[in-house]
Amino acid sequence: MSTPTAVLVGFKARRRASRRRSLKPWYRNGTLMAGIVIVALLVLVALCAPLLTPYSPIAQHLEDALQAPSAAHWLGTDKYGRDVLTRLLWSTRVDLRIGFLAVFIPFVVGSVLGGLAGYFGGWLDLIVMRIVDVFFAFPFYIMVIVLVFVLGSGEASIYLAIAAVSWVSYAKIIRGEVLVAKQQDYVVAARLGGVPHATILLRHIGPNVLSQAIIYAMSDIVMDIMAIVTLGYLGLGIAPPTAEWGSMILDGQEFITTQWEQATIPGLAVVVTSLGLSLLGDGLSDLLSPDRRK
Amino acid sequence: MSTAQTPPAVLRVSGITKAYRVGRGLIRRVAGAQHNTLKALDGVDLELRRGEVLALVGESGSGKSTLAKILVNSTTPTSGTVEEAGLKAGATRRERARRVQMVFQDPYSSLNPRLTVGSMLAELLTLHRIVPRKEIRQESIRLLGRVGLREDVLDAYPSQFSGGQRQRIAIARALAVRPDVLVADEPVSALDVSVQATILDLFRSLQAELGLSILFIAHNLAVVQHLSQRVAVMYLGRIVEVAETAELFANPRHPYTRALIDSIPRMSAESVNDLFDIEGEPPSPFDVPSGCRFHPRCPVAVDRCRREDPALMRVGAAHQSACLLAEDLAPYPGAQKAEEAR
Repeated sequence: MSTPTAVLVGFKARRRASRRRSLKPWYRNGTLMAGIVIVALLVLVALCAPLLTPYSPIAQHLEDALQAPSAAHWLGTDKYGRDVLTRLLWSTRVDLRIGFLAVFIPFVVGSVLGGLAGYFGGWLDLIVMRIVDVFFAFPFYIMVIVLVFVLGSGEASIYLAIAAVSWVSYAKIIRGEVLVAKQQDYVVAARLGGVPHATILLRHIGPNVLSQAIIYAMSDIVMDIMAIVTLGYLGLGIAPPTAEWGSMILDGQEFITTQWEQATIPGLAVVVTSLGLSLLGDGLSDLLSPDRRK
Repeated sequence: MSTAQTPPAVLRVSGITKAYRVGRGLIRRVAGAQHNTLKALDGVDLELRRGEVLALVGESGSGKSTLAKILVNSTTPTSGTVEEAGLKAGATRRERARRVQMVFQDPYSSLNPRLTVGSMLAELLTLHRIVPRKEIRQESIRLLGRVGLREDVLDAYPSQFSGGQRQRIAIARALAVRPDVLVADEPVSALDVSVQATILDLFRSLQAELGLSILFIAHNLAVVQHLSQRVAVMYLGRIVEVAETAELFANPRHPYTRALIDSIPRMSAESVNDLFDIEGEPPSPFDVPSGCRFHPRCPVAVDRCRREDPALMRVGAAHQSACLLAEDLAPYPGAQKAEEAR
């Protein structure tokens, strides 16, 4: 016998290095850690708002209106004599809560519809994706503003409006991911093993495609908070006495020349929140994307 | 062909064709463009006998993988039938799925990165009620032992393994449901050469010890030379030659098979590689040549080959070839030289 020829041929060297898991632990990821720290601080502020200041965010003290920053009122008072810092901290509660909750419904609805459309294809895919196209044709903020205008202001209609508009992004992302994932041999293998469709979607495809939607959700929270602030600024958001960054900017802008901090500081709070969530999203995508997706 | 010794077929396909229509978009249809039909398979008859390893060999694009997909019921043929021996009429879809399992080419995409090896096996064992629930771990360990892996693999994720180990895990998964037939789609071509031989050995032992019927797909003959009992050679959607392995290597009756044998690199001073050389790429499956589909690349083609499309004909006891000149082909010099080279 000569050398078995089998071992000499069919050689296909494949580079797999890119699929190796990064050796860097998650806590060494600077972007992710910065995001986590900022978001954690904001959440802490939101949770502890009543403990951090002695004032009420809504009680009016007209005799103290429009004071400059002082030891008693670090950021001064607004035109109703309310402490600006107190309102800023309480706003964190409202805006973060709505931001996080508003992401939840479209995340679930969009992922389910996109997943089913991508997996089963055919007429279901056609119908779902044409609806998605219709929603995509309108700018996000315009749609949200119009819907809130129609539904009336208030928290419930903000949730509804954002859910109605932003589920399409999740549907698109998840559908695309499912289209790739369902061609993977491990999905075909599960099918050949007689595993039912529902189990394949939930157990074999779901965990492998959701990371993209989670990453997108982080930037979507930013979008939603911006939408809430915009609505508040336009007077369509949360009803007036409740502290909220958008309405604070609206209230503060008439005094921009004399007391700039009233409109600027809430604006900066929005910037910091957006930054924190964006960093978190970027960090998560570093962590989840490169190696585990296939 | 049906002598007394021939074992019964476990899987038989007849007249399988598979056509894909390409370019049927709305705009093209409105513009009246002709749509192209790609014939991936064009009339394939093949049977897999109980307990044998049948090798299916051919170039890329010859339709091997399409045929595999049809055999495992993951694609439906455009026409033709797939018969599974012993399948009861009222069998459930799950039972049908259980009987034919597949091992894939790329062990990196065939294992779910988020499931441990143990849960992967447990899922199938539970689904098909192969063993009682409390014996699942024991059965999983037995399966892993069967493919040469140890118990501690159970709680590990696929990313912790090398290509060869992953392929063993994939084989264990295919065996978990106790199939009658294993379809292996180029299971070693993505592996390092040093690992290929060990995986081929594993397939050999599965056949010998479990009596499994295996359809082993490969893109060259060398891989299957010492593994299979019979070889079917595919070219451009058709089977052009079927024979027992020894017979095929000693006495190939199709010029394409000869070319494939000659393309095997051999470690000898006197290379036989230049004896039967074919040139160029296989023709586009959109535009299959008239007559014999191999004639544009065939070194012995005559005028008749351009006009007549040969069917698979019997040329020996257990030997079929689809060459018009099969009877007239000169005795194969390569075989003798290759023998001498050993």
